[in-house]
Amino acid sequence: MKHRIKPATRKSFITYAIMIAAFIFVEILVSTGNASNMFQGLLVPFCVYSISAAALNLTVGILGELSLGQAGFMCIGAYSSAIFSVCTKDTITQAWIRFPIAMLIGGIFAALFGVLIGIPVLRLRGDYLAIVTLAFGEIIKNVFAALYVGYDSNGLHFSLTSQGDLNLAPDGKMLINGALGISGTPKDSTFVIGFIVLMISLVILYNFTNSRTGRAVMSVRDNRIAAESIGLNITKYKLITFGLTAFLGGVAGALFSHNLSALQASKFDYNLSILILVFVVLGGIGNIRGSVIAAIVLTYIPEALRKAGSNLTNYRMLIYSIILIIMMIFTSNAKIRGFFTASFMRLKGIVFKNKSAVKEGE
Amino acid sequence: MALLEVKKLGISFGGLRAVDDFSMTIEKGELYGLIGPNGAGKTTIFNMLTGVYKPTDGSIWLDGKNITGKSTTEINKSGIARTFQNIRLFSKLSVLDNVKAGLTNRYTYSTATGIFRLPKFFRTEREMTEKAIELLKPFELDGDADLLASNLPYGKQRKLEIARALATGPKLLLLDEPAAGMNPRETAGLMNTILTVRDDFGVTVLLIEHDMSLVSGICEKLSVLNFGQLLCEGKTGDVLRNPEVIKAYLGE
Repeated sequence: MKHRIKPATRKSFITYAIMIAAFIFVEILVSTGNASNMFQGLLVPFCVYSISAAALNLTVGILGELSLGQAGFMCIGAYSSAIFSVCTKDTITQAWIRFPIAMLIGGIFAALFGVLIGIPVLRLRGDYLAIVTLAFGEIIKNVFAALYVGYDSNGLHFSLTSQGDLNLAPDGKMLINGALGISGTPKDSTFVIGFIVLMISLVILYNFTNSRTGRAVMSVRDNRIAAESIGLNITKYKLITFGLTAFLGGVAGALFSHNLSALQASKFDYNLSILILVFVVLGGIGNIRGSVIAAIVLTYIPEALRKAGSNLTNYRMLIYSIILIIMMIFTSNAKIRGFFTASFMRLKGIVFKNKSAVKEGE
Repeated sequence: MALLEVKKLGISFGGLRAVDDFSMTIEKGELYGLIGPNGAGKTTIFNMLTGVYKPTDGSIWLDGKNITGKSTTEINKSGIARTFQNIRLFSKLSVLDNVKAGLTNRYTYSTATGIFRLPKFFRTEREMTEKAIELLKPFELDGDADLLASNLPYGKQRKLEIARALATGPKLLLLDEPAAGMNPRETAGLMNTILTVRDDFGVTVLLIEHDMSLVSGICEKLSVLNFGQLLCEGKTGDVLRNPEVIKAYLGE
C-alpha cells in the first residue's frame, strides 16, 4: 500500500506525458516543413485556449460553480501585460526577461479582479452566478473598449471619451486607444513559451486539486452544508479557486496579447467565454486533460474547415456546430459511451493478450 | 463544569414556535439522548447547536464559552461536530479523502506549499493519511479507504460520517438518528461503535434516536421533547417509565 502510485498522481503524469509527446510531434512537423502556415499560426492559440479552459475547469469542475466571465479575466491579463511590455520594451530589451514578468503581471491583475469580483458574486450559486459573471465579463470588456490612456512628460492621462480629451503634450504616447486597443505590443509569444506555460499551468492545476486546499474545495462542491459542519470556510475556498482560475486566465490573456500586434477589447466578448466553457463541458467537467484536448481539437476544426476548400468554407460553422452536437451526444449518452469503453477494453485485451484488461475494468 | 449548557433556548419561524424554553446540561463524557415524537424539534435543536439556525432566545455555552449565534464553521472549530439525519458525505471523494477533509483544519499547510509540492506537503499529507486510517479503523472502514464514498453500503456511509465528524477533533459529537435505516444487527454493531468512540476518543455524545433499543441500551441520560418543549429529563430508566413520555409516544 505504501509504495503504490496514487491514481490521481498517475492521471496527472499521463497528461504530462501526452502533452510532451504532442509537443515533440509538433516540433518535428514544423522543423521538417510538414506543417502549414495555418497550423503554425494556430500553435500559440492552442496554448492560450488550453490554459484558459483548464483553468476554467477548476471553477466549473472542481468548485462546481458555473462561471461565464473567463474572457473578462483574459482581457485584464492581456491588457495589463501588454501595457507593461509596451512601456518597458525600450528599457528591458531581452524578451526572455520581459515576457515572464508581463505574464506574471497579467495573471496577478486578473487574480486581483477575480477576488474583488468574487467577494460579492460568489454568494450566488448556479444560474445566478453564471449570469452575474457573464455581466462582469462584458463590463470589463466594455470598460477597456472605452478607455483612452496616454502618457507624456507630465505623467499618465486617462479619458473615457476620446483621444483628444487626454490633452497629451507633443512628446506624448498613446497606450490604450479606445476601441482600437493597444498596438505595438512586442510579439513575444512563441509555441515553446506557450507550451512551457501550459505545462506549468497543468502542474499547478493538478497539484492544487490533489492537495489539502483542493480536497476542501471538492468537499464544498459535493456538500456545502457538510463542508461547513466540519469547519471549512466556504467563502475562503471559493475565493481561492476563483482567484486561481482568474490568474491562469490572465496568464493566457498575456500569451494571447503578445501574439498579436494590435489588441482590441472586442476580442474578449462573451462568445469567447462561451467558447471556453464549451471546451470545458465537451472535454469533461472536472477533467483537466479533457479540457486541453477539447480546446486544441475545437480550435483546429473551424480553421481546418476554412482552408479545406471553397465549398466547405461557406458551411464551416454549420459543420462545426454539428460536430459539437455529435461530441455532446457521445460524451453525455451513457449507452454510447459504454459501447466505446467496452470496445476500447476489448481492443486493449487483444493488444495486451488479456493480461491487463481484467485489472483495468474500473 | 458542564461541557454543554443550553439555557432557555427558543426559536420561531414566522408565527411557528418550533422550540421553546429548552434547557439542557451535558457533563463531560456523558452519552446523552434527545428523544421525542416526529416534529418535536429535535433536529431544530441540533441545527441551533451547530449554528445552522440562529436561536431567537436563550444561549448555548460550550466549556464555559458562549457560542450562541456563531457560524457553523466557528462552532465546529470550538469543538462541536455532527452527523446528519439524511447522510451528507462528499460523494465524489474517496472514503479516505472524506476523513482527510475533516482533518483540514488540524493538519495545515498553505495552498502554495501544496501547489509547489514543498517537503512540508509530503510530510503533512503522510501524517493526515495515517491519522485518517487510524480514524477509519474503529469503524472497520480502513479496508474501503479507496472506494468512492457514494459506493459504500448505507450502514457504512453512516459510520463514515461519524468518522469524518471525529476527524475535526470535537469535544462534543452530535449524532442525528445514527441508526436510521439499519437492521437490528447493524444497530447492535453501531451501539458498540458509539461506546468505543466515546471511550477511545474521549468525546461526549449527544444523539437523537427513535430506535428505543439503542436509546435504552447506551444512553445514560435522556431529554424528551414534545411540541418544541421539554417534557422531562433524567436517567434513561426513569424517563422511559414516565407516564407523560409514554403518553407522548403512544397517545392516550
